[in-house]
Order: sequence, then C-alpha cells, then structure tokens
Amino acid sequence: MEKMHIKMTVNGKNVDLLTEPRTLLIHALREELGITGPHVGCSSSHCGACTIDMNGMSVKSCSVFAAQADGAEITTIEGLGTPDALHVLQEMFKEHHGLQCGYCTPGMITRAYRLLQENPTPTEEEVRFGIAGNLCRCTGYQNIVKAILEAATKMNEMKESA
Amino acid sequence: MNEISPPKEERSAALSGLGTSRKRVEDARFTQGKGNYVDDIKLPGMLFGDFVRSPYAHARVKSINTEKAMAVPGVHAVLTAADLEPLSLHWMPTLAGDKQMVLADGKVLFQAQEVAFVVADDRYAAADGVAAVEVEYEELPVIVDPFKAEVDGAPILREDIADQKEGAHGPRRHPNHIFTWESGDREATQAVLEQADVVAEEMIYYHRTHPCPLETCGSVASMDKVNGKLTVWGTFQAPHAVRTVASLISGIAEHNIRIISPDIGGGFGNKVGVYPGYVCSIVASIVTGVPVKWVEDRSDNLMATAFARDYWMKGRISATKDGKITALHCHTTADHGAFDACADPTKFPAGFMNICTGSYDIPTAYLAVDGIYTNKAPGGVAYRCSFRVTEAAYFIERMIEVLAIKLNMDAAELRSKNFIKKEQFPYQSALGWEYDSGDYHTGWEKALKAVGYEDLRKEQAERVEAFKRGETRKLLGIGLSHFTEIVGAGPVKNCDILGLGMFDSCEIRIHPTGSAIARLGTISQGQGHATTFAQILASEIGIPAEDITLEEGDTDTAPYGLGTYGSRSTPVAGAATAMAGRKIRAKAQMIAAYLLEVHDNDLEWDVDRFVVKGSPERFKTMKEIAFASYNQAIPGVEPGLEAVSYYDPPNMTYPFGSYVCVMEIDVDTGTTEIRQVFALDDCGTRINPMIIEGQVHGGLTEALAIAMGQEIAYDEKGNVTTGTLMDFFIPTAVETPNYQTDYTVTPSPHHPIGAKGVGESPNVGGVPAFSNAVHDAFRAFGLTQTHMPHDHWRIWKTAESLGLHD
Repeated sequence: MEKMHIKMTVNGKNVDLLTEPRTLLIHALREELGITGPHVGCSSSHCGACTIDMNGMSVKSCSVFAAQADGAEITTIEGLGTPDALHVLQEMFKEHHGLQCGYCTPGMITRAYRLLQENPTPTEEEVRFGIAGNLCRCTGYQNIVKAILEAATKMNEMKESA
Repeated sequence: MNEISPPKEERSAALSGLGTSRKRVEDARFTQGKGNYVDDIKLPGMLFGDFVRSPYAHARVKSINTEKAMAVPGVHAVLTAADLEPLSLHWMPTLAGDKQMVLADGKVLFQAQEVAFVVADDRYAAADGVAAVEVEYEELPVIVDPFKAEVDGAPILREDIADQKEGAHGPRRHPNHIFTWESGDREATQAVLEQADVVAEEMIYYHRTHPCPLETCGSVASMDKVNGKLTVWGTFQAPHAVRTVASLISGIAEHNIRIISPDIGGGFGNKVGVYPGYVCSIVASIVTGVPVKWVEDRSDNLMATAFARDYWMKGRISATKDGKITALHCHTTADHGAFDACADPTKFPAGFMNICTGSYDIPTAYLAVDGIYTNKAPGGVAYRCSFRVTEAAYFIERMIEVLAIKLNMDAAELRSKNFIKKEQFPYQSALGWEYDSGDYHTGWEKALKAVGYEDLRKEQAERVEAFKRGETRKLLGIGLSHFTEIVGAGPVKNCDILGLGMFDSCEIRIHPTGSAIARLGTISQGQGHATTFAQILASEIGIPAEDITLEEGDTDTAPYGLGTYGSRSTPVAGAATAMAGRKIRAKAQMIAAYLLEVHDNDLEWDVDRFVVKGSPERFKTMKEIAFASYNQAIPGVEPGLEAVSYYDPPNMTYPFGSYVCVMEIDVDTGTTEIRQVFALDDCGTRINPMIIEGQVHGGLTEALAIAMGQEIAYDEKGNVTTGTLMDFFIPTAVETPNYQTDYTVTPSPHHPIGAKGVGESPNVGGVPAFSNAVHDAFRAFGLTQTHMPHDHWRIWKTAESLGLHD
C-alpha cells in the first residue's frame, strides 16, 4: 500500500511520518513514534485508554486515522509533565490512589487535563460525566474523581497566586 | 557505645511498615506513561500474529486453504493444526486435566475458536492475511443449554474423548459429561430435609460473564536459536507455572525457557490460563527465527479467552419454625464450554464451591456438581474471586433470602440467628473446611447500625403502601450480604495445579549499605505488590520500605511460586516474605551479638536494631549489621545477608464481611439508582489501609457490573451476542456510586502476620448485596427469585410479571 507523509506536532516536537493511509493514530504514535503511554483497550472508542489531546480536544486515537492528524498539535501523557516537574494531576492521582494497574491511567489523566481546561471548577457530578468516556476496571472511580477535584482546587490556587 | 536511640515511634514511622497508607511506588511510572505492558515490547525484526477464528459454534472443518493468504504482501507464514501436529502442539493440556485444541483439529466447538495463525510484518498485514485464508465449514447441531447436553440425540461435542468413560475427575456418564464432584453427606442431608419444619427450594443461576481486564491477553515469544533459549513476555498471572507447562509441552528444557510477566493491565483471573495465542507465538518464533508478538483484540478476548461462572445451582435449605437452619443441599450444573479449562486446584474440579455453607452454622450439608460440555468458549476462571467462591457466596446469600421469605422473617435477623459464633472458631464446616477465625456478629451489627437498618425497613414499608396508593412508582430495595471467603490456596497436601504444590516464595538480599531487594513468586496486576510487600518486610527487618526494591515476574531471577490469583499473594507469598525476613533477622542477631560481644540471647529486637537487654545504649542497627555482614570475618557465620523462604500454608484464610446496598427501582422503566453501599471488611491484619480501600472500591464496581448488566450471552446457534464493549457492560464513573467502607480486624491465627487477603472480598460480597437489593424491592409483591444480570429490561419484565404495570 502506498505510504503518505504526515506532519504533526507531538508533545512540542515536530514529527514527519511516512505511513499507510489506513494506519490508526494510536498505532502511529505507539509503534512508529515509540510513544507508548496511550494504550489500546477496545479499538472501538468505548474504553478511552487511547485518549490523547488533539488540537485542544480529547480524542480517542484508536478511532482516528493518522492521516486525519496531518497538521495537528498533539499532547499525550508523556507531554503533560516531566519526572522533575510532574503535572498536578499526576501528583494527585498518586496522592489519592487514583490508579491500580495503570493501564487506563494515561488516557484518564489526559482526559482530566482537558476537562479541567474546559471547566476549571467542576462539581463531582461534572467530573463523573466528564470522564464517562474513560473506563477503569480497577478503582471504581471514587479515588479518580477525588484526585481530579483536588487537582482542580490546586490548579486554581496556583493560578490565583501567579 | 552508641548515641541514645531516637524514640521507638519515630523509628517505626520512618519504616512505612505494616498498617501505614504508604503511597504506591508503582505510580511514578504509570502516571507518566512509562509502564511496560506486553504490547509496549518491540524487538528487532519482530513479526505479528493474528488468528483466523471460527464463525460457527459447532462445525466440521472440511478444508483450509492458505495459498491466497501466503500471497498477501507482508505475510510470512500461516500455521494450521496440520503444521502443529508433527510437534504434538495442535492440542495442549488445560489446567483442569482436559486438553484443548490449539488450532482447529478437524472441527470447531465454539464461536471464535482459533483455526489458523497468520504471521506477518505488522498487525495490518496480519489482518489482510487472516481475511485471505479460505476455510470450508460444515455446520453441526449446537448445544448452548447444558440441560440439553445429555438428552437423546444430543450431538456429541468432544469426539476425541467420546469413548472415555473415565475423565480427570472420575467417571463420565455421557460423552458430553465431564465430571461429577461431591462433597458432604447426601443421605444425612436428605434425611434432615425430609423431616424438616420448613424447606425452601430454588434454582439460583449465576450467569456467564467475563473478567475483561482493560488490557487484553498477549505474548511476545523470542526463540534465540544460537543459545537455544526461549524468552516469552506475556500477560501471565502465574509465570513459573507457564514456564513448566511450556517446557512439558514443547520439550524445551525448563532452564532454557525464560518467562517474563511485564506490567499487567489488570487480570481478575483472565490471565491465569494458557491460551492458543501463547503457544502459536512460540511456535511461530521457532519457525520464523524471529520474535513474534500476539495481542488479542477486545472481541477475541470476550469471545474466546476465559469466561467466568455459568453455574446453575439448585438449592434446598431447611430450618426449624423459628429459623434455625438444619440442612443445605445443592446440586450444580456447571457449563464449562467446549474444553474443561478451569484454573482450579487439581483435586477441586468445582473449585471451593463447597464453601457454600457460607457464614452459617449448618450442621448437615451436601453438594454435587456436574460439569458439562457445551458449544461455548472454555474457561470457568475465578473472576476476582477464589475458585468458584463467588458462586458459592451468591448461592447461599440468595438461599438465605429465599428461606427468610418462606419463614416470613427479616433476612438480617435470620442471618444473625445462624452465624457461626465467635467462640466456635476454628470452625469445622459440614463440607470439610476449617474456618480459621471470625467474629461475624460484631461486624454485622456495626453495618446494620451504620445504615440505620430499622429506619430503612420502616421507610420501605411506607414506600410499599404509598406505591399501592398510587403515590409513587419507585420501590426501595435493601440488599444484605454476609460473605465468608476461602482464599490463599493453598496447603500443598491438598492444593496443586498440574502437580505443582501451591506454596509461594520470597528471596531477600540485603546490600552492604543496608538497602535490599526482595523477589517473589507472585506477580502484581495492579494490586501494588511492590508497595505492600516492602511494607511487610520493613516491619520484619527494620529497613525502611523505600529502601527495598521488590521484583516479580521474571522466572530467571524470581524464586518459584504459583502466581497471583484467588487472593493468594498476601496469604501465601506475604507469609513467605515475613518468614524470609525472620531468617534475615535471625542471622542479623548472631552478627549483632558478635559485634556487641554478648550472647545472642542477651539481645532483643527493637524496631530497626538489636539492643542489649537492660542496656538501651548498646545496640546495632540493621544498617550497621548489613555492612558488618559484608566486611567482618565472623567465626561460624557465612558472609552476606540473604534468605529465601518457600511457604507452605497450614490452612487457607477466611476473610469475611458485611455489605448493605440501598437501591431505588423505577417500576416503569426498570432503571435503578443506588442510594448507598456500605461495605465492612475483615481481612485480618491490615497491611496498607489505602490500598485495601482501593481494592474494595474496585471489587464492588466489578460486582455492580456483574449483578446489574454484564454478561456473555449466546443465541440458540451459539453466536456470542455481547462480544464488544457496546454490548458488554462496564460501568462508567456515571453509573458507579460512592462507597462507604469500614472494617474490623480478626487476625488469621496461622498466618505469620495475621493477614488474610482482601482483593476479591468485595466482588464475592458485592454481587449478592446488589442482587438481593433488586429482589428485596419486589419481595412485598411476591417475588422470590429472578436471575441476574438485573439490567433495566429484565427488571421491567419482573415488574410486568408481578402485575405492577396494570
């Protein structure tokens, strides 16, 4: 199958990719770019393990062709924080035991990141609705919700003091 | 002479040992997307394998033509049973003493069964190849109902063993019958039932469902022909057992096989078994000479890889007029699918189903289980429970409710009246178990008080009256459950899998500067072993948990163990960890005695050091002792500080708990709203309360899913109708309620630190709590039993059948 050129910005870096038109974005990220934070859980856009941030929106990268991401700006879990400066969400997920096996975690945190951009002061109900596209089999969500609400509070405090 | 030690409490807190809510060490990598799961593994030259699967539930395979598939660009090989037969790998042994086709050998026995394995450059080329394989099938009659498997004219499913009158678990009475397993005294039970004041009888069905971890199963096999060494990374809950099985079936010497379980994205029992994909990736690597990866997709996982439950449990329970239970009788028809691939200990073909007397002092009982072949996927694994324990708990907790209806008695009172009393432990059950410890009444009363039980019953009665007056269309259900689990398999004298005793192990090495590494025979799938086992060790050897690395899952480095499932890691490997720690401490005591020039009997252990009795200023810390073990020539003591323990538990452990669910049910739409869930657990000594609470939240959510909607359903032709996440229910954050948790602590008397295990309790106790809430809401309108899952449609139908829509 003839390959095509795709240009994207992934976690702040310009990427030039040569891939088949049928390649899904999740596979391009994981297998061609070595970005293995986003995972495949269902390949049918139900579980959200593959969630990334694309052009300011949460996107399930198993249901998008890499070709559709031509020119896009993409952030994955790898782009949210660094080992020396974790994102508040990453810290709060650890603090409140918001993860167990870790498989849903990159997608969940990436979704929560966008949710808090969309709504910086969500209620518990809004958080629950806002992450309903991301499934977790381990935690029962209670501590995930707690972590996101706590992160929202901390992020707002940081904004105020800045 | 040393300085005065810091206060005990301060030194103890610095260890982050037993009982502290230590934050998880695993989280750094998982929150940054740096976990290493099997599909993250990428080796040079690696190919990808995928299966051609059967569209039929039962069919003769007339021919397989691979010619067109081989011509697809990127395809390297297509394996069929004919290719595996010369290696004797077209069939493989199951963990239950049966055998299973690796690739279809003349026929297929369930939909999505593996027929051929296509090996290609990547997953896209493999999919192209799969589509190009031509298979000619001839459809055969299908059995999906286990009660029709032995009727006249039923098709014979397993022609390979049709003539065998004896199976792995005794006589077979029909070609579609696998085994009959009995426990208890049939005649005595029958006699009590015949004379009883009151007998309640009901069929309790625990439907077919699936563990569905978010990560599916997969493996990467790499055969290094130069060194003759096979390495397999995979989603293995029992890596050592996989190595032994791989050696036995492949003929490769066991020391030349290295099995590695990397990070595992949830298991819940789904990753205990050995699957055709593992075998095919290994064979394909041997054939092609390069590494081969196989990762199933979600539908493959739901349709073919290890279902759970499918138990039809016919119960009879008798009692005196005032509600004292006198006998329990259970006959179970167990639908095992096409191959008996349960992952139970060898001597227990129905697992520990004979814990079905539950939390109650039932003097006489009898259980029989008939295993049956049908045209469904194999499995029958323990989905977040010890072997068949959730089936047993659901059965008895439903039968108690059915009996309460018959006696016209409050179900909480009936339970309380029949609980095994605190002073009866250790308790011998009528079906042969010795319950180690328990205090059921205390937790039960605490739970009822916490939810305001009496007020809830008043509110419920008022609601029923209001409903009858036409003032509301919502009913209130109060779901009660008291479970007793049996976990921690198990004593080698009666527990083995494929002849391998179910002990577990820990090996500890203390480094010169006083930090340590510990390796275990288990493997975490999200439970946080690296965090909690380090805590056990910190308390035993006085080295801070943060200075202890914990490793599992690599058979070249970890000591042999039977893996993680059935809540066995804490009861068995946790015990091995404590015992190995004690060996370290015993040697450390000798070293300290030499350094302090006293007899070792003159020393006492004090949190993180040995102190001379009566002279608190004279001590040696573990850190000092560790260094001395590497740099001092101590007469009669070998250098170094290492220990290994293989722990054979003397008994199982018996965690228990009291759960209550309060549920609103809309009679007209069948929708439900969970108002309150209260879960009180007693798992003995608590290692990390934060992790325990997390396990309870997760287990309750899986229980919610199972009770309220999750199922693997088949149509009459054996087609799976719930093979994607569109149809297979997994609750989102919206459907999932907040949970209230509480605990009591009744340590296990035989476990070195008194811990019992907790990961599976909330699933075992949760399913009856949710299901009983649905039943309880309709009790006033004459409902005795309706089967799970209680989705909106089924609840609506229940309301309809009771005339509530008239």
